[in-house]
Amino acid sequence: MSQIDEKEVKRENPVAERLINGIVKENPTFVLMLGMCPTLAVTTSAINGLGMGLTTMVVLALSNVFISLLRNIIPDKVRIPAFIVIIASFVTMVELLLQGFLPFLYDALGIYIPLIVVNCIILGRAEAYAYKNPVIPSLFDGIGMGLGFSVALTCIGAVRELLGAGEIFGIHVMPDSFVPVSIFIMAPGAFFVLATLTAIQNKVKIIGERKGKDMSKIQSGCNSDCMNCADTGCAKRLIDNKNETAGEEEKNNA
Amino acid sequence: MLKELLVILIASSLVNNVVLSQFLGLCPFLGVSKKTETATGMGVAVIFVITLASAVAGAIYQFILQPFHIEYLQTIVFILVIAALVQFVEMFLKKFIPGLYQSLGVYLPLITTNCAVLGVALTNVQKNYGIMTGVVNGFATAVGFTISIVILAGIREKMKYNDIPESFRGMPIVLVTAGLMAIAFCGFSGLL
Repeated sequence: MSQIDEKEVKRENPVAERLINGIVKENPTFVLMLGMCPTLAVTTSAINGLGMGLTTMVVLALSNVFISLLRNIIPDKVRIPAFIVIIASFVTMVELLLQGFLPFLYDALGIYIPLIVVNCIILGRAEAYAYKNPVIPSLFDGIGMGLGFSVALTCIGAVRELLGAGEIFGIHVMPDSFVPVSIFIMAPGAFFVLATLTAIQNKVKIIGERKGKDMSKIQSGCNSDCMNCADTGCAKRLIDNKNETAGEEEKNNA
Repeated sequence: MLKELLVILIASSLVNNVVLSQFLGLCPFLGVSKKTETATGMGVAVIFVITLASAVAGAIYQFILQPFHIEYLQTIVFILVIAALVQFVEMFLKKFIPGLYQSLGVYLPLITTNCAVLGVALTNVQKNYGIMTGVVNGFATAVGFTISIVILAGIREKMKYNDIPESFRGMPIVLVTAGLMAIAFCGFSGLL
């Protein structure tokens, strides 16, 4: 992530730049490969994927705004626990709202709603963006990332629903002669769809690198082992400031 | 009672395997499964932390949240308790059992944000398990995690010598392996 580049673009139109960044350039699922647990678990149908994506988007936007507002108050040392408390509060709010107003979605997503708290995307954006930037860009960063996540989950959900049940959004689209491959809406299917996705990603990366483009942003899962994730989960993958990380590790060792 | 616990033990470790059918704790499952040794270490650390965390979370739910009717705060309370617990365990081991700390220490920070830990705590509440049943469920879930991560690590060690298509190298082939393992684990659903 080259900071100078980003700043230049930001001057032009920060809102649009943030949205496009979230949906295309740094799409959390297709490019950064963050938040894989909900991605695999709830994409049994397109509507579930969309619901999960939008729920995450709301939490992401709200927590980004709140963390950005408090960025000068939260001390650096306790920022991770502070982020987690803020995120968990918003998740609880959203969970109660869903339970009250969209009970079908609440039942379909089940335990994965409270588990939004440990979604790496949210903590990652808090750490990498909201904690360092003003409120308005942070809000749109959250919305952009959330939309990117929603688009990705809906696509994966639609593919799995189409192959596994012959339907999209509950509407029967495949001809009657099509025999649904029901394994695609079961657990193993999720792994196969994700495997295909990462293979396509790898292919794009290989082609891009041959043409001499910078493809370092594309992550195919946790490439290095988890030892680098350390206590902030996968969040550190998004941070360029290596010195900070090194400093923390020294503190931990001391 | 004993029969009930045995059913939970089998159900949570094999039939509803935490990684392969519930997709919790995928990050360490994919990230720390390159060698069987590290995978075993991670597995043991997860068993330790999840068992402890489900006991503590269960006790807090039963003795603090329920009497005061603030059950809706469970997500916030559980995540903070788990984070604090892992820190505390790390400090405790470092001070009093340095041998164990040396073998498990590196894995402990990774577990804080492992969604399996929070997932188990929440499942215990959702299914109305008491503290004892919750601990058994937590232990069984963690054993299930260890079984699958060690198997995956074993397969990955052998896979190093295979000729894999270029775009499938790295994560994609691991995910295909995980998918095949998930199919195999589907076979356990006949156990209960």
